[in-house]
Amino acid sequence: MGKAWTFEDNMNTDEIIPGRYNITIDPLELAEHVFCEVKPEFPEQVQPGDIVVGGQNFGCGSSREHAPIAIKGSQVKCVIAKSYARIFFRNSVNIGLPILECPPAVDDITEGDLVEVNLSSGVITNQTKGTSYQANPLPDFVIRIAEAGGIVNFLKEHDIQELMG
Amino acid sequence: MGTLIEEILSRKAGKPVQAGEIVMVDADYMMSHDNTTPLAIKAFRNIGKPIHDKNRIVLHFDHAYPAPNLMAAGNHRMIIDFVKEQELPFLFKQGVCHQVMIEEGFIAPGAIVIGADSHSNTYGALGAFGTGLGSTEIGVGWVTGKAWFRVPETIRVEVTGQTQPGVYAKDVMLHITGELGMDGGTYRSIEFGGEYIDNLPMHERIIFSNMSTEVGAKCGLIAADQTTIDYLENETCAEGPFDIIQPVHPVYESVVNFDVSALTPQVACHPDVDNVSPIAGVEGLEIHQVYIGTCTNARYEDLVVAASILKGKRVHDYTHVIVTPASNRIYEKALKNGLIETLMQAGCTVTQPGCGACIGRHGGILAAGERALTTMNRNFIGRMGSPEAEIYLSSPATAAASALTGRITDPRTIQEN
Ligand code: SF4
Repeated sequence: MGKAWTFEDNMNTDEIIPGRYNITIDPLELAEHVFCEVKPEFPEQVQPGDIVVGGQNFGCGSSREHAPIAIKGSQVKCVIAKSYARIFFRNSVNIGLPILECPPAVDDITEGDLVEVNLSSGVITNQTKGTSYQANPLPDFVIRIAEAGGIVNFLKEHDIQELMG
Repeated sequence: MGTLIEEILSRKAGKPVQAGEIVMVDADYMMSHDNTTPLAIKAFRNIGKPIHDKNRIVLHFDHAYPAPNLMAAGNHRMIIDFVKEQELPFLFKQGVCHQVMIEEGFIAPGAIVIGADSHSNTYGALGAFGTGLGSTEIGVGWVTGKAWFRVPETIRVEVTGQTQPGVYAKDVMLHITGELGMDGGTYRSIEFGGEYIDNLPMHERIIFSNMSTEVGAKCGLIAADQTTIDYLENETCAEGPFDIIQPVHPVYESVVNFDVSALTPQVACHPDVDNVSPIAGVEGLEIHQVYIGTCTNARYEDLVVAASILKGKRVHDYTHVIVTPASNRIYEKALKNGLIETLMQAGCTVTQPGCGACIGRHGGILAAGERALTTMNRNFIGRMGSPEAEIYLSSPATAAASALTGRITDPRTIQEN
């Protein structure tokens, strides 16, 4: 279970991690500045297992991978949003940041709610409000990548064909 | 059976696939450039496995080339060392990656080409599945030869009618972008067709696929036809025979119709690419820099249009006018046929081929308070330099006409020589 941090629609990659910090690709260093302009307290106060909740078109803008890497570095459990920008979605899968799509859950969750997420079933439970939602479950291969900690780590141990099961 | 993207991916997957399915397919080529190759090398080194097939890796220097600063110089050196170490056969330094990919014959109908650049959608104009991915995935592709895709739903864009003189394919695509909106095509394949598209020459079809990125699309496809085959045979190094793949009883998510007959020149205004206005709404706006370049609109025919408007005239004294041919091949042809001379005599600065001023690294950086009219595909705030500069987008004709007056000018008002 983790605390929910809510963000607006169209969060672009520069709001997730401002371009000036993109000189490193170290997840922990990037995490020191993640969301620093839109929610300055986030990098300080976020706890492992917390949940990032976004709106529509989360992660739009540039195709750089720093944005999902920065979020992953903050050790949140996953992102739940109404929808994602295309390259952000792929980059998140590949670096092993679990992301769920579930508009009704996003509408229901307010900042600070305690939220439980089962990644393989896609069940999202808002403990604070006593509600529960079904996100589209993540495809198996996405879970395999996430469990390995990203596609690069997956490939160290496996052949890419094993992704498809 | 299916949309064009379903047909292409079904062939590669060796079984019929439909929108919504996830497939793992072979990529014919993996493209990256000086900006995105370093991270791909890092992913490659981290995986720690050998390259799968070096003949499918294509690298370009174009984003900041020749190096405008120490960091770019270091990047280029690092990439060259890697190319030597791995004995990679393809490193190009002769213009914008997407144009060079087409010229050098890496793009053919039905091919899958992934690029660490968001405008890799460009290849769709030749009936190939071109799409942009992150650098890590390109590094993964080097090792595996493969990429995964969710087969996208398709929006069919039917374009009919004939444009008036002075109105070009770029105006049509700017208009479509304004109507669909910046997220109007997210995750989707956009299939462009209809009599207008069918009658377009290849250099103008490319604009539609190139700018499908601007509406968030995964790819922007135009089914190959005789125009495609003639272009591949005469203008590129690609070797046939070529496969003509067409949609077969396609089921589209939606169909959008545009009739271009009454369209006037269009301009995308600061600060968003879908903030599009007919030229009448912005005429007379002062312009400090005109930029004719990029993977969208710096092909030979674009330079012909610009030169025909500028021939025997002088560009405005207080406006920088920069022309950057998309590739060496285009530059050479323009030089041979006197276009470069015409442009220079009119007062244009002609630069070396490449991305040039498009990303604000060199060759025409904008100062705070400046306004540029360019033939680019996007106008993100800060893209060409100062975040306090404004970028407007138009056709090469509108850009050239505006170069003469220093104000946004309808090209139909300028007498050609
Ligand atoms: S010309 Fe501009 S849009 Fe095209 S590849 Fe280069 S930087 Fe990207």
